[in-house]
Amino acid sequence: MTDSPLVIRGLTKTFRPGGRTVRALDAVTFDLAPGVVTGLIGPDGAGKTTLMRITAGLLLPDAGAVEVLGLDVAVEPLEVQARIGYMPQRFGLYEDLTVGENLDLYADLQGVPATARVERYARLMEMTGLGAFMKRLAGRLSGGMKQKLGLACTLVRPPRLLLLDEPTVGVDPVSRRELWSIVYRLVEAEGMSVLLSTAYLDEAERCAQVVLLHQGRMVDQGPPRQFSEPLRGRTFSVQVEPEGRRALQARLSRLPGVLDAVLQGDGIRVVLEGQSDQRPSDAEMAGWRPVDPRFEDGFVALLSGERHRGELPRVHARSISGGEAIQVTDLTRRFGDFVAVKRLSFAVRSGEVFGLLGANGAGKTTTFRMLCGLLPVSSGHVRVAGVDLRHAAAEARGRIGYMSQKFSLYANLTVLQNLNFFARAYGLRGREAKARIQWALEAFELDAFAATESGTLPLGYKQRLAMAAALMHEPDILFLDEPTSGVDPLARREFWDRINALAEGGVTVLVTTHFMEEAEYCDRLAIMASGEILALGTPAEIKARAAGEDQPQPSMEEAFIALIQRRDPA
Amino acid sequence: MAALLSPRLLGLLRKESLQILRDPSSIAIAFVLPVLLLLLFGYGVSLDSKHVPVGIVVEQPSSEASSFLGAFQQSVYFEPRFYGTRQAGREGLRQRQVKGLLVLPADFAQRLKADRDAPIQVIVNGVDANSARLLEGYVQGVWSSWLQRELQARQIPVARPVEPETRIWFNAELASRNYLVPGLLVVNMTLVGALLTALVFAREWERGTLEALMVTPVTLGEILIGKLLPYFVLGMGGMVLSVLMALFLFEVPMRGSFWVLALCSTLFLLTALGMGLLISIVTRNQFVAGMIAILATFLPAFLLSGFLFDIGSMPAVVQVVTHIVAARYFVTILQSLFLAGDVWSLILPNAAALVLMASFFLGLSRRLLRKRLE
Repeated sequence: MTDSPLVIRGLTKTFRPGGRTVRALDAVTFDLAPGVVTGLIGPDGAGKTTLMRITAGLLLPDAGAVEVLGLDVAVEPLEVQARIGYMPQRFGLYEDLTVGENLDLYADLQGVPATARVERYARLMEMTGLGAFMKRLAGRLSGGMKQKLGLACTLVRPPRLLLLDEPTVGVDPVSRRELWSIVYRLVEAEGMSVLLSTAYLDEAERCAQVVLLHQGRMVDQGPPRQFSEPLRGRTFSVQVEPEGRRALQARLSRLPGVLDAVLQGDGIRVVLEGQSDQRPSDAEMAGWRPVDPRFEDGFVALLSGERHRGELPRVHARSISGGEAIQVTDLTRRFGDFVAVKRLSFAVRSGEVFGLLGANGAGKTTTFRMLCGLLPVSSGHVRVAGVDLRHAAAEARGRIGYMSQKFSLYANLTVLQNLNFFARAYGLRGREAKARIQWALEAFELDAFAATESGTLPLGYKQRLAMAAALMHEPDILFLDEPTSGVDPLARREFWDRINALAEGGVTVLVTTHFMEEAEYCDRLAIMASGEILALGTPAEIKARAAGEDQPQPSMEEAFIALIQRRDPA
Repeated sequence: MAALLSPRLLGLLRKESLQILRDPSSIAIAFVLPVLLLLLFGYGVSLDSKHVPVGIVVEQPSSEASSFLGAFQQSVYFEPRFYGTRQAGREGLRQRQVKGLLVLPADFAQRLKADRDAPIQVIVNGVDANSARLLEGYVQGVWSSWLQRELQARQIPVARPVEPETRIWFNAELASRNYLVPGLLVVNMTLVGALLTALVFAREWERGTLEALMVTPVTLGEILIGKLLPYFVLGMGGMVLSVLMALFLFEVPMRGSFWVLALCSTLFLLTALGMGLLISIVTRNQFVAGMIAILATFLPAFLLSGFLFDIGSMPAVVQVVTHIVAARYFVTILQSLFLAGDVWSLILPNAAALVLMASFFLGLSRRLLRKRLE
């Protein structure tokens, strides 16, 4: 007999999409710790959502058992559903109902008596700060508010076990922080046990316990320190001049004994291999400053066996006259009376990696589409590759590559067919086309998958293929819209290695992201919120600007929050 | 029936009603669509040929020819148009200025006076076979009544061994609208009923709301009734509106009783809503569900229900197929209710068939709706 609210034994689940067998969960076994927040951590496709759905009684496992509060989920799903709270990834708010009506619906469905509602609603509204919006339609709430309302609906009857499936994805850092504080308060005040899944590795450190999933298997379970602690003494920060940082990062990451080297603002973060005989020379390590290990380091170390470093793509970009690849002045875009982008002005130098950082709905994608000439501007000027988009969008388009959030691949064509198609679409023929396709297959290590339908590729490979397609015509400027959302940290590293190689070759790269971490990889970035630029500069400059007495050395996320709070003080 | 009183069901009903009131699309489907279809088909589709343009060539004017043409000009069915020569008349036919051509040859009067056969030529454009046949029949009718008058005028006795006395029942004025409009009501209700529910589950799948709903202690029966009831009320509203239009705008007679109409409409609407629910549950996609709802309900109701095309004259295989088209039973019921009255021997078996079909579709929906995502 155990007091664990959730006992999972040998849980296995296989899906067969289109004749292919995907093992979403492979003999996963763990007990959930009672009364704390446990993080279910892993990249997209790790099996997080499948595990949540089986626990909530929405899927039946192929093998293994799930016991929730002493009840077998497969046998008594309704009983279990009456006792737990489950918030799916896309919580089903009825957007044409008001906040209050959504709450009423879930209170009715959960059988909350009318007398108990007043008090419960008051508490939920106080926690979520939605009290003032009871009569507003759910569809007109911001992304973060929707997520908080979803949580409130899940909690309308206090459950003993709360399942939250990626509640913080795409939510702005301020709302993210608020969601976390709600979760903590629930655990403390109502003694709830929480299982929260996330693809953000930095959130692992906020959990009391972590269950790490990778490709359907449970890698390990324990407090987050258990993952990072073995790396103590092996993590360093290397200061470097901005100009040479990409080259140094590329060199360091190939040094024997180096497990991981990533750009971090004006420095490089290095993780060493465990065996001491493989360490870089003392001369090499002069000036390296030891830093505290992070959860992500532990993740990379655990999975480093699967990592491999291939050849990086070599590119030669035409140089752009004037040194400025993109010039944006007073760029504005309205949709009806909604202003999605407000008077944006910035310039991107040729060969620079420039980031647009912001939550969902901040206006990043709209800005991007205007820069690519996919969306007409309402007012303002955009010059891309020295060409005014208003007058010669087609000419500019020939010199840019665009990789959209959803990858824009033809799922039922093979990798080779996709590449052929994109080569044609960019007007490449004969020997030239053949050479580029060959280059794409080699540089992105897609050879082995040439005959595979692209819809069935793992996420990381899809992303490579999409990037290869966007680079078919050797563009001078590459636009990447949320390229790494959901991919695991290893794939993300590989991806950024390629980006860095491109930038070294002179390609200008514009990238949007909602990963604060990734902002550190950019040369310069603009932080966006509700269609405006909050701050513009190098990562170090932005962090310095946000630094205050209480936070002398803020992280990118803390800087973001400080900047938002400074703009509209609560 | 305890489920009918549960607060969960009441919550679902309230939610669905609020959504219907705020989203104009379902109200448009229930009320605007039937009105549009009724107006369009009620006025546009008519199987009676009236004022058909017919070309006439008189090669040699004569009093006989004039008298024969007079009969044509008086008829409401024709709109005569004169051509000087056969050549011009044929050209007119070819250019579709006229649908048929009547040629009175030069010797028409002569031969008539000489009591010899007086042939006249009738050319009909056969491209539209249906109106060609109607035209042929009408011309013959005009010709034979003219002939009879002529003979009487000349006091030539005609021997008539058999004299038909035609009497038309149920639709004395033979207005096609009288039987088309009840049929249209059926097509309307099929489309409205199926479309209303075809979109509802698919929409909840797409927006992710169903997943959150499924993990509450709500039962499948409650979910199903919570969907069915509000759209039933909406669909019945559309039906009432359509019946009112039929009675007062198109002046279709109503010879049966209203309570039978209400009962049979209930049965049919449940069938149509059931089809929609089934489609929605299976497809989980609004676009696909909408397409299937139109293909699987509207088209068969149009073609195979006997509303436009007589089932008796279809090939045997197709006749068998019509038995799975719910609209077929309702067309028979409505046509007899509007035009003939409460003919129980017709209404009862057809209503029984509707009961079967409604239970089939609703039962299958209930079976296929799972509280699981697979």
